[in-house]
Amino acid sequence: MRLTLPLSVGVLVILIASACGGGPPPPPPGPDPDSLAAEQARRDSIAAAQARADSIRRAQEAALAAERQRRADSLAAVRAETNAVREMLSRMVHFDFNRSNIRDGEDTEVLEQKLAVLLANPNLRLEIVGHCDERGTDEYNMALGNRRAVSSRAFLTDRGIAESRISVRSRGEEQPLDSGHNEEAWARNRRAEFRIVGGGDALVRPGN
Amino acid sequence: MSSLQKSLFLSSTIALLVVAETGGLLAQDSIPPIEQGVRLGITYTPGMRPGMLVLGGPRVEMFDSIRTIIQRDLEFSDRFEMIFLPGGDSLVLGVRTSPIDEGADSGSGPSLEEPFVNYSLYAALGADYAVSVLDDVDSSFTVNLYAVRGEEVRSTVRLHDMDPDSAGFRMAIHRVSDAIVRSATGEQGYAASRIVYVSRGRVYSVDSDGAGRLAISPPGETAFSPVWGPFGRRVAYTTLAEDGWGSIYVYDFSTGERTMVPTTDEYLNYSSAFSPDGRILAFTRSWAEGSDLFAYNLAQDCCLQRLTVGRLSDNVSPEFSPEGRRIAFESTRSGASQIYVMASDGTEQELFAPFDYGVTGASHSPAWSPDGLSLAFHRNVAGRHQLFLMDIGNRNVRQLSSAGRNEDPTWAPDSRHIAFKSSRSGIEQLWVVDTETGRVRQLARVGAARMPNWSAPVMQTNQP
Repeated sequence: MRLTLPLSVGVLVILIASACGGGPPPPPPGPDPDSLAAEQARRDSIAAAQARADSIRRAQEAALAAERQRRADSLAAVRAETNAVREMLSRMVHFDFNRSNIRDGEDTEVLEQKLAVLLANPNLRLEIVGHCDERGTDEYNMALGNRRAVSSRAFLTDRGIAESRISVRSRGEEQPLDSGHNEEAWARNRRAEFRIVGGGDALVRPGN
Repeated sequence: MSSLQKSLFLSSTIALLVVAETGGLLAQDSIPPIEQGVRLGITYTPGMRPGMLVLGGPRVEMFDSIRTIIQRDLEFSDRFEMIFLPGGDSLVLGVRTSPIDEGADSGSGPSLEEPFVNYSLYAALGADYAVSVLDDVDSSFTVNLYAVRGEEVRSTVRLHDMDPDSAGFRMAIHRVSDAIVRSATGEQGYAASRIVYVSRGRVYSVDSDGAGRLAISPPGETAFSPVWGPFGRRVAYTTLAEDGWGSIYVYDFSTGERTMVPTTDEYLNYSSAFSPDGRILAFTRSWAEGSDLFAYNLAQDCCLQRLTVGRLSDNVSPEFSPEGRRIAFESTRSGASQIYVMASDGTEQELFAPFDYGVTGASHSPAWSPDGLSLAFHRNVAGRHQLFLMDIGNRNVRQLSSAGRNEDPTWAPDSRHIAFKSSRSGIEQLWVVDTETGRVRQLARVGAARMPNWSAPVMQTNQP
């Protein structure tokens, strides 16, 4: 570096002189074997340093990509798991005509699964919406839908889930899933739905 | 011309007109069909009910609608044998036939000041009463009720500044109909009243004859449980909110605005009832504790009071007694829903409509008649809802309907007619039954409709 600085200054002086001068440019300086060798050494040194730096950078980039991939894989896994748990939560509980009690069998199993999900996800908060078929008295059905939501909630709170984590709603017969007017449609419409209202961004599958 | 000569002349004119007009439209074509057949007054022998003849007149635009509305109101009152003549509106019976013309020769015909009333002819047609609508100057009309046997004008009502485009036009005519009913029978009519109901999530109001529909709740909401405040001035209803709760709004006809009842912005609040003085709004609240009755003091804008503590039994559909001291409601406290009653402060709760435990079907939607004598409700009979009436004095219960599914009864101001929801036509629509004769008519061709609630007589000052 000690050699290069005066050289650069010399070149600069010549450049300035030629820029200002009125006469023809002076002949270029003759080759100097000593300074050529020094220049080559200098260039080799720069290339070597550059190669080292590139190598490190490539290694770092590879590591970063791997980390990104790992994170993406992990996020996808979380998403997949969350979606799977949401799928569990979307399963409805159904009811007999004009009844709000939880039936043995599938409905109990659905609620036990929700219980497990709530236990595995302490921040999860749910809203239970009760619905009725079209046959009952309109206003009575609002109360019946509410009772269905309340009895579904009681199943969970009786088994240790904090009451503050589950709220109840009723839509009476105002939002049928099935607009038919037969037993099959009525049976589908007599239901409690479960909606996530908080803590549902990343859900853990129960048992993990 | 003597009276007898006039009478003979007119009779022969009628005979000619009858021949000429039999192929024409009959007056009753404009009246919605009524179950239990069609009666033609001219061949009908008057029975217990007095015969009523609404006289024809000149075919003036407004006259025609006024006369038609009055005739239909009187028909719907079920208090008269309506006498329809073949030829209908084309018949002009003894009222002025020519428009006001000061240059006209009025020497032999009936004059404006003293319309010719052919009592003997009306009597021969079976009429006990006749009504004439006379158009005066300046969009004013005179409506006379004639007592045929007494050969006298029983009463006269004047309609001033009638404008068919004004909002109060129809209600003003309905009030004339009620005045005629009162004058002829001494009884309260129900023509000047309205019915609110729900159709596809929206609250509407129609006049008692099914016409004059108004939208009460805005589009795009899910509204239900509409009920009238006193004098037909306010309507309370519930709107389901986005967050799943239901708030109660009170719509005011005089302002066209609605306000939310305080404290109903959380939980599901519905099935409201105004106290008769309009000061208190009772309603059902459904929440994690079940469904219970509450009362909010609208007059003082305060003081939410809990009326029932159901502990997970449902208490819904409150309805104040006409004097305001008691509230009938339905409760599941003993199993299936049954009708209970309590003092309006929530004390003295007891069973109201008797039932046999495990035998009688669930009972819903109590409605107190305005005279305080009867309670209407619906009850499950072999899987279908049917209307029932309870005599409040002795608590005897009788079944009122049997065809189709019939529910949600609500009383007309005459304490005699009931509007209800029925599936008898195949879809849920609103019908009106006369509890004395059993005669049933469809309220209006309004498509799917439910949750009817009938107003008290609409106050004169309330012209929406």
